[in-house]
Amino acid sequence: MNQRSVSRGARRRRPSVWTLGGLLVAACVAAPLLAVAYLAVVGSGEPGLWSHLAATVLPDYAATSLQLMLGVAVGALILGVTCAWLIAQCRFPGRQVLAWALLLPLAMPAYVLAYVYTDALEYAGPVQTWLRAQFGWRSPQDYWFPEIRSLGGAVAMLSLTLYPYVYLLARTAFQEQSACLIDAGRTLGLSPWQSFLRIALPMARPAIVVGLALVLMETLNDFGTVDFFAVPTFTLGIYDVWHNMNSSAGAAQIALVLLGLIVLLIVLERRGRHDQRYHALTTRRRFTQAYCLSRRQTMLAWFACLTPVLLGFLLPAVVLGGYALRFYPLTLQHGYWTIAGNSLTLAAASALAAVAIGLFLAYGMRLSSSGLFRSAARVAGVGYAIPGAVLAVGVMIPLAALDNAMDALSESMLGFNTGLLLSGTLVAVAYGYVIRFLALPLGAVEAGLGRIKPSMDDAARTLGIRPGKRLARIHFPLLRGSLLAAMLLVFVDGMKELPMTVALRPFNYDTLATFVYQYASDEMLEESAFAALSIVAVGILPVMMLSRAISADRTRRESSG
Amino acid sequence: MRDIRHAFGDLDVLHGLSLEVRPGQITSLLGPSGCGKSTLLRLAAGLETLQCGEILIDNIPVANARTGAWLPPERRQVGMVFQDFALFPHLSVMDNILFGVRRRQAERRRWAMAALEKIGLADSVDRYPHKLSGGQQQRVALLRALAPNPRVVLMDEPFSGLDATLRAQVREDTLDILRQHHTAALIVTHDPEEAMVLSDVIFVMNRGVIVQSGAPEHIYRRPADGFVAGLFGALNRWDSVVRQGRVTTPLGCFDAAERAEGEPVTVMIRPSALALIPAGGARPDNPLRAEVIDHHLLGEATDIRLQLPMADGHPPLKLRAWTPGVCRTPRGATVAIEVDADKVFVFARQAH
Repeated sequence: MNQRSVSRGARRRRPSVWTLGGLLVAACVAAPLLAVAYLAVVGSGEPGLWSHLAATVLPDYAATSLQLMLGVAVGALILGVTCAWLIAQCRFPGRQVLAWALLLPLAMPAYVLAYVYTDALEYAGPVQTWLRAQFGWRSPQDYWFPEIRSLGGAVAMLSLTLYPYVYLLARTAFQEQSACLIDAGRTLGLSPWQSFLRIALPMARPAIVVGLALVLMETLNDFGTVDFFAVPTFTLGIYDVWHNMNSSAGAAQIALVLLGLIVLLIVLERRGRHDQRYHALTTRRRFTQAYCLSRRQTMLAWFACLTPVLLGFLLPAVVLGGYALRFYPLTLQHGYWTIAGNSLTLAAASALAAVAIGLFLAYGMRLSSSGLFRSAARVAGVGYAIPGAVLAVGVMIPLAALDNAMDALSESMLGFNTGLLLSGTLVAVAYGYVIRFLALPLGAVEAGLGRIKPSMDDAARTLGIRPGKRLARIHFPLLRGSLLAAMLLVFVDGMKELPMTVALRPFNYDTLATFVYQYASDEMLEESAFAALSIVAVGILPVMMLSRAISADRTRRESSG
Repeated sequence: MRDIRHAFGDLDVLHGLSLEVRPGQITSLLGPSGCGKSTLLRLAAGLETLQCGEILIDNIPVANARTGAWLPPERRQVGMVFQDFALFPHLSVMDNILFGVRRRQAERRRWAMAALEKIGLADSVDRYPHKLSGGQQQRVALLRALAPNPRVVLMDEPFSGLDATLRAQVREDTLDILRQHHTAALIVTHDPEEAMVLSDVIFVMNRGVIVQSGAPEHIYRRPADGFVAGLFGALNRWDSVVRQGRVTTPLGCFDAAERAEGEPVTVMIRPSALALIPAGGARPDNPLRAEVIDHHLLGEATDIRLQLPMADGHPPLKLRAWTPGVCRTPRGATVAIEVDADKVFVFARQAH
């Protein structure tokens, strides 16, 4: 009752500034999507393009994308769920270390992993060379070795870097499961293995589905890996049709099909979340009793948990580190500092902008109960689900149109050409980043504000503090942590981002990601290893933050329960 | 506060009620949850907008629905203690207390230090709220509300978040602090015992109206209706009709001179009004005999269930009595009952 009336009072005092701002942001986020849809449906100007695409490349893209998704889903599920269950419900030496080490692959972009493994496992790479030397093989016909640059290879790379999403959510779900239910299962005669299959797993399913949806969205977003491995997915198709066939309408059409797939995933994820809330209600206080593992079981658990960390982070990091040590002078020669500066500036500027907009939207949702504003804010949060390739097409179209309009206007009115003001500039790249990563600060600030009870505002008011000062003296200090965390997340994602940067960056402008992409594509991984390692190093920051937040949460819960 | 009405949408929560808090007095607003008492408090603080009526502090209107005058809460100089205490988690205990103090910081700091010492929290000045127990948080919240020298302190269920063992102690401390500052206080509570202990004046609220007001003793001894009487525990009750200024019950006839002849009434008798006497020791003119079915020791008193045989084949009547101390009468024994007519109430019968 209190909360409702507070927001009602606030609506009277603050009319439409928030609503207008919210609608503007929502419009900016929606514009690329609408542009894609418009271009795909109407603006092709090439009759028969749609049916041509449908008859030739689309089935191929669809089949490959689906196979990739299926493969990554299976891989991420096996790695994520197994490790999550071992960490959450078993007790063995080294568990604490593994618990956070399992998050490390999050810091490794899939494309960097792909470059490293290709470098090591291709025909001329050290592994096959060594094998040939050992067994005296002379040519590829003498032996069989898996081809890393394949669909299977892409599945492996993406599974290894994306499984932490499943692991993270499943682990929390397992940990919060009530011990009583597992105990009940045991008294009804289930073995530990059966109780996992029949009780723990079904109860964790909603959380696992949410994690899986994130994994699949990232899979569809991936460009670097599939491009390097030449696996024809939707993302690759968009670039191929756009750049090589020079048909933006065709690219938009493929993007639209991809969007349909994403919508399906979002629906799936929402349903998963919906269930999860229900489950959280039923599990309180007592957490699951742990299984103490025997020596042999401990070895197996170590093997299961260490494999993904080793393959997904440690080995590639060591390889990169070795290259970086030997070849960093070359990297520096190629303009490393300028490029790193570019990356830092771009990511930091986008992070600032995204957090400012996120703060505005989340704060507005607290003050205003206007349904319009709320839906606008929700629209603003969908960017995270949209693959970078789709956004790239979508950002390019409206900006180019705007540029052309301004150019024409200025020519007719002032008599000179403005040229390209927005498209092909950093504004376009930052615009894309902000749309794609806006959900992060929005969620973080919303959660942060949710922890500030309305009675805090009331208390400050009865103590004589005016609304403006309230923001400075209460909300800002309490939100600072959330804001910094959100800024860090956007910053790191901006540093890693490849598909949009490749498409939208100005001519001859490189970030660390595009630099690594370029050199690795030209089989010069060694020379860019130092840059790749820089990306990974930055990526470790949020992993550390995440594991600290989780352990803090656990201590708090254990001390209170 | 005069003639306050309030509604959330179509839901009327307050219908035309008035109450007054006198300087230096502790007044409580007692009523079941959902009766509108918290809303009234939030109206007084200015956290809700007044829809009807007028609110004055020190005879100066701070809100008047007719003229539209409205002083925002930050300028009303009211202190408020919230149900969840609402301490600022990012500020230390001392910073929380001094949050609303703008003038004479040094003097108020000394005051706060002295007050904290008195309640044994002197070594917690630099701690953060989450390190404090519930009771400590409550007292800090009270000091925070008092620090800017408000004209009235409003407290919304200030003890409901504390467990029972702690509550009595915190209540006493609160009372001491309030008495020392001679600040007028308005406390909202649903606990009759709490209201009795704390207040100089109690306003009893039910369904958005004030049903009775007065000193605690008055409320207990002269309840205005069955609702107020029932606040202090279950009663023995019968429906009856007034005949010649008296009502007849299975426990005898009682005076009902204030009621009209022939009016349907409800007679309520507190369990503590029934005194049990060994059957042999009763006055000869007392014919009331009942059988002890069961008794439970509640601590200082014993709750006894009795059965009164009825004539004409009616089922026996169940009664409840409270006697101080331990009841030594065995189950199944017959006792005589004497009724303290002072604790017998006759109310107009209400449709249920």
